[in-house]
Amino acid sequence: MAWIIFLLLSVLCVGSVAAMIISRNQAHNALFLVLCFACLGGIFGLLDAAFVAVVQILIYAGAIMVLFLFAIMMIDLKKAFPPERKRIVRILSAVLGGVFFIELILVARKALLTASGPAAAGAGNAAGIGHLLLTDYLFPFEITSLLLVAAIVGAVTLAGKKEPS
Amino acid sequence: MIPGPAFVILAVVLFVLGVVAFFLKRDLLTQFMAVEVMLNAANLAFLALSHPQDRAEAQVIVFFILTVAAAEAVVGTAIILHVFRQRKTVRTEDMGGLKG
Repeated sequence: MAWIIFLLLSVLCVGSVAAMIISRNQAHNALFLVLCFACLGGIFGLLDAAFVAVVQILIYAGAIMVLFLFAIMMIDLKKAFPPERKRIVRILSAVLGGVFFIELILVARKALLTASGPAAAGAGNAAGIGHLLLTDYLFPFEITSLLLVAAIVGAVTLAGKKEPS
Repeated sequence: MIPGPAFVILAVVLFVLGVVAFFLKRDLLTQFMAVEVMLNAANLAFLALSHPQDRAEAQVIVFFILTVAAAEAVVGTAIILHVFRQRKTVRTEDMGGLKG
């Protein structure tokens, strides 16, 4: 049963990224990515990471992609259809992708070969994550809030600037 | 029970697709989306590799990556909007100002 769900979600996920590569409409691309991130949330759930799965769907599929859609709506869609890349670029990126794939598999070989034992549940629930965030990872957590403030201020100053006319 | 390597292979495939999408696409916004795909593949790799050990630390790190990705998306879209306002285009081949 878990295998069926995993296969369904991973095929949907990889398929939507492939569709994003093929499609030339930016709004469609963003919607494909929403599908991909929602499926990834399901896969995170299969990995016993319920909290991260919910956060993935809420923040990525919800907030970040809506932000992208807003940006796409602000940009004139008619002008934004870029023509296809030249053939040589496509071949080169396919070669690059293949080389990169082999490289990453070689790097992850050790992790792939070690048999995964049965996972004990419990440490990855929301209470455990909250405890870790406020004890061992308190300092990075606070720095994250600083980063968010900096991002908000930066975005407001960049996007809210009046055009010199 | 799904073996851990299946998740790692999915993460690798997603990352490579993100890289290929970044190089094939010609508009800034879609390239930015490809970067998000790569970040998500990294998240999946973190979770998949930590699953057998049953550690919550990886989920904390994924949480941080999510936050950084959100901040990056906010600033990135603001920069892209700014570029669009000034140059009326988001196509990368129209931005050869540094090429000379």
